[in-house]
Amino acid sequence: MDFAFMAETFMKLIEGVPLTLNLAFASVALGALFAMLLALMRLSGVAALDWLARGYVFVFRGTPLLVQIFLIYYGLGQFRPSLQALGLWWFFREPYWCALLALTLNTAAYASEIIRGGLQSVPHGQIEAARACGMSRWLLFRRIVFPIAVRQALPAYGNEIILMVKATSLASIITMMEVTGIAHKLISQTFRAVEVFVCAGAIYLLLNFLVTRAVLALEWWLSPHLRGAPAPAPRLEAAHV
Amino acid sequence: MKLWKTLALAILGSTLATGAVAQGKKWETVRIATEGAYAPWNFSTPQGKLDGFEVELAQELCRRMNVKCEIVAQDWDGIIPALQAGKYDAIMAGMNITPKREEVIQFSRVYAAGPHGWGVMKDSPLAKLAGKDQVVHLVNDADTAKKIIEEWKPLLKGKTVGVQTSTTNSAFLEKYFKDVVQIREYKTTEQHDLDLAAGRLDAIFAAHSSIAATMEKPEFKDMTIAGAGLGGDILGAGVAVGLRKQDTDLKKMFDDAINAAIKDGTIEKLTSKWFKIKMIPQA
Repeated sequence: MDFAFMAETFMKLIEGVPLTLNLAFASVALGALFAMLLALMRLSGVAALDWLARGYVFVFRGTPLLVQIFLIYYGLGQFRPSLQALGLWWFFREPYWCALLALTLNTAAYASEIIRGGLQSVPHGQIEAARACGMSRWLLFRRIVFPIAVRQALPAYGNEIILMVKATSLASIITMMEVTGIAHKLISQTFRAVEVFVCAGAIYLLLNFLVTRAVLALEWWLSPHLRGAPAPAPRLEAAHV
Repeated sequence: MKLWKTLALAILGSTLATGAVAQGKKWETVRIATEGAYAPWNFSTPQGKLDGFEVELAQELCRRMNVKCEIVAQDWDGIIPALQAGKYDAIMAGMNITPKREEVIQFSRVYAAGPHGWGVMKDSPLAKLAGKDQVVHLVNDADTAKKIIEEWKPLLKGKTVGVQTSTTNSAFLEKYFKDVVQIREYKTTEQHDLDLAAGRLDAIFAAHSSIAATMEKPEFKDMTIAGAGLGGDILGAGVAVGLRKQDTDLKKMFDDAINAAIKDGTIEKLTSKWFKIKMIPQA
């Protein structure tokens, strides 16, 4: 192992971290909104919406992300005249938007199932109690159902965020120079695959370490009922007696 | 503890095994890697079979070396590391001899050489790039080459150019056009061809042989070669068989076989069969 080379490689790979994080967090954020919509469609009770959401999840969960990225980038690239007529070409022309779209659509499919599970795990008694207090449907969702669902879904959602940080590496196949893209380039310049990939792996490990800590902190914050009660403060009056 | 011992033994065993193969006096089987995505040099047919100039040439050379040939497909960007790791014994994948590559592997004698240049769409303003139908050597015709490159720069300013990653072509762009154009690197030439046709790229920089082969396909009929063809220096001394440095005996076998194939006209016959453009004769 040549440590000077590895240090140099590490610094070069770090330059790809902003793009990796950009793709990961933008797709997770947009995907979460879309996933919420899909989950609500599943639970709406309207058969058409339910089956539409089921079909979407089936397709995007059942096909590899790599194939989805290829189809969106190279596949749609062949329909340039139609896309130009629709005024959408500016979007599909750029590899960044194509990568973001593919990642978002993919994570939305997985996340919608996680959110659906969370929503369905809210105890019925709590909903009835809220109704008994006279809460409107929206207030009930905002105050009771949503916070509990988020808390239940968080461990699984943390997994999904980690998977997305790693999934951004696939964007390198459509010319995006994120960490893996730069790693491939460095290997082709130096032919030292082991050192470069070890550094790239270490960077993903570090990023995901931070992600897991953040999710853990959020979980702790959302679960005050699982923590021991704070020690009661000593009564100050006692000193005067 | 036991697990570690077993693991260590397994790793040791596999290194010894590959070492033994590399030191074997007699070559009975030679495994040759090609990319399979670089027509007409090497490509995969719709039936999934490998074909092309180098696939045919490899079989021809193996026949002359009196060995069994195994041709395998390998992604371009890992083709040298996998050779060093012993996954196969030789590379025949349109690979040019460059000083950078010679630091890690050795090459046989050159078996083909052709110019490199720009590919654009016919209606693009870049179709007028200077030097059409000229072939210029970067070292031997240094003054002409310099003049042509300077003439290209204003036309190319700010354009997006596609190139296959880790090739002599990408090294050339890095050296001469880094601050002029926006470079996008692709895994295969087929991918940058698609993006040129889709209008995501203004130009590609590739081997003329590869651009000419793409232009043959009906969906790429509006593509054309623009400007002069370049060769030499950073673009490489020609295409040769890539080999591990320690396999000097195998290099000798390939050299002899290539020389014999040049002498009896086999290489010339294969060159004119597969390439639509004029290649540089090897005799």
